[in-house]
Amino acid sequence: MGFISQHSVLVASLIKIAVLLFIVMTALAYLTWFERKVVAHIQSRWGPYYVGAHGLLQPLADGLKFLFKEDFTPPTSDKLVYVLAPFLALTLALTALALIPFGPPYVHFLNGQPVFIVSNIDIGLIFLFAITSMGVYGVALAGWSSNSKYPLLGGLRSSAQMISYEVSLTISVVGVLLLAGTLNFNGIIEGQGGYWLGFLPRWHFIPQIVGFFCYLTAAIAETNRVPFDLPEAETELVAGFHTEYSSFKFAMFFMAEYANMITVSCLATILFFGGWLSPFPETWHWQWYLPGAGLIALGIYCVVDAATRMRGIARLQLGVVALLSLGLGGLCLLPGVAPYVQGPFWFTLKVLVFLFFYVWVRGTLPRFRYDQLMSFGWKLLLPVSLANLVITALVLLFPAFTRHA
Amino acid sequence: MIVPLIVFFACAALAVTGAILLILAREPIHSALSLILVMVSLAILYLLLGAEFISAIQIIVYAGAVMVLFVFVIMLLNAGVEERTDFSKFAKFAGLPLGFFLLIEVARWMYGASAGSAIVPGADAFTQAASTRALSAELFRKYLFNFEATSILILIAILGALVLARKSQ
Repeated sequence: MGFISQHSVLVASLIKIAVLLFIVMTALAYLTWFERKVVAHIQSRWGPYYVGAHGLLQPLADGLKFLFKEDFTPPTSDKLVYVLAPFLALTLALTALALIPFGPPYVHFLNGQPVFIVSNIDIGLIFLFAITSMGVYGVALAGWSSNSKYPLLGGLRSSAQMISYEVSLTISVVGVLLLAGTLNFNGIIEGQGGYWLGFLPRWHFIPQIVGFFCYLTAAIAETNRVPFDLPEAETELVAGFHTEYSSFKFAMFFMAEYANMITVSCLATILFFGGWLSPFPETWHWQWYLPGAGLIALGIYCVVDAATRMRGIARLQLGVVALLSLGLGGLCLLPGVAPYVQGPFWFTLKVLVFLFFYVWVRGTLPRFRYDQLMSFGWKLLLPVSLANLVITALVLLFPAFTRHA
Repeated sequence: MIVPLIVFFACAALAVTGAILLILAREPIHSALSLILVMVSLAILYLLLGAEFISAIQIIVYAGAVMVLFVFVIMLLNAGVEERTDFSKFAKFAGLPLGFFLLIEVARWMYGASAGSAIVPGADAFTQAASTRALSAELFRKYLFNFEATSILILIAILGALVLARKSQ
C-alpha cells in the first residue's frame, strides 16, 4: 500500500498504458479486417467470410499464422540492425499514441490523474512530431540491413518520401497552432468549443480547410499508403523494404503501419475536428444516449443477422458479439456512465471516419509514379501549405477576425 | 528522487556508450546509429532538466532530420566498411595526453562549481525560458537580429551546396 500511495502517478500511468496497449493491439488486428472488408465491398467481393461469422476471427487466425511461420534471417544481412528495425518501427508507432487524449481531461482517477490520456504534456504536438520523425528509421534500416537490392531501393524511396512529406505535414499544422495558441492537445481541443450561428461547431477545419487537405494528403504519404505506397510498390520492388522479412518481424512492420494510420487519424481529429468534443450543443441532452443507442442498434442487427443468415457455429459467434454490444450499450445508457463515455465515443467515431477515408482512398486511387510523387510534394503541397500559413498569420494580425471579435 | 537518478545514470551511460561505439564501429551505418543513440539520450537528459521544448527539438532536428539525411546518404552511396589505419604520429603522442588533460580540466571545473549554481554562464536564463512561449518571445523579440542572420547564413550554405552539386556545363 505504501508504494502505491507514494507512486500513485506511476501506478496510474502503468494501468493506463496496459489498457491502452490492449485496446490498440485489438484495434490494429481488427483494422486489417476492416480494411479487407471495405476494400472487398468496393471491388464487389465479400472479403474474409469463412473464419468466424463475417470473417471476424480472421485477424486471430492471421496472428497465429504469423507466430508459427518460420522466422528466417538472411545469412548476408546485418543481424543486429535487421532485428532492430521492426522493433524500432513498432515501438515508435505505439509510443506516439501515449500522447493522444481520447477523452476530456476532467475525467480523472482518485489521485487527480486524467483517465483518457497517458501523458498530458504542454508540448504534446511537438513531442508527437519528434516521435514520428524517428519512424523513418524502421523502414530505412530494414531496407539497408536486408543486404538485398529491392529492399534497399524501397528503403531509399521511403526515406526520401518521408523526409519530403514531413515538411508539408508539419507546416500544414502550424496554421492550426496559430489559431489555437497552444501546443497542448487538450488545449487545442478545448479552444474549438462553441458554435458559429448557434449550430456550426467552431472546429478548425472550417477556417483551415486548405491546411486540412494538405495535412490529409501529407499524412497518407507519411504513412506510406496508397496512392503514395512507392516504398512497397509490388509491381516494381517485390514488397519493398520488408521483402526479406518473414514471420512476426513482418507482422511488426504491418502493425506499425496500421498504428501510424491510427496516429495520423487521431491527430487529424484533434487538430481539425474538435477531438472529443460533441458536434451538438451541450443543451441537447438526448446526445447522451447516442453511444448506448448505437451499440444496441449494432447488437440488434447482429441478432437479426445471426437468426436469419448464419448457420451452425457462426450463429453462436455472432450471438456473442450481439450480447457484448447489447451489454455495453445498456451500460452506456446508465445515467452514471453516460456522461463519461461521451468524449471517447465522439473521438472514436471521428477517428473511424478517417480510417474509412484511408481505406476508401486505397480502394479508389491508382499509385503515383515516383517523379510525380516528388514533384507533387515539393512543387504543389509545400507551396500551398506555406501560403496557408502566411495567410492565416496575416488574418490573425487583424484583430477583427480573431475569436474575441 | 530515486527514479530521476536512475534515468539520469542510464541515459548518461547510454550516451557515453553511443559516443564510444560511434568511433569504434567500422560499418558507417552502425556509427550513424550510435550517434542517434547519443542524440536521444541527450534529449532525455534535457527532459530531466525540465527543458521539454529543447528536448523535443533535439530529437526532431538531430535524430529526426540530420541523422536521417546521414543514413540516407550512407545508403545511397552504399559506403563500404571503414578501413583501419595506424594512428598518425601526432595523434599517438600528443592527441591522447591532450584529450586526457581536457577531460580532467572539464571534470575539475564541474566538480568545483558549487551545487545549484549554473556551470555555463547564462544557463539560468535558459532554464527560466524553458517554456515554449517564453523561449519564442526571447528568440523572436530580443534575439531577432541574430535569428535572421542565422537563417541567412543557412540560406547561403544551401545555395553553396547547390552550386557545388550542380554539374558543370
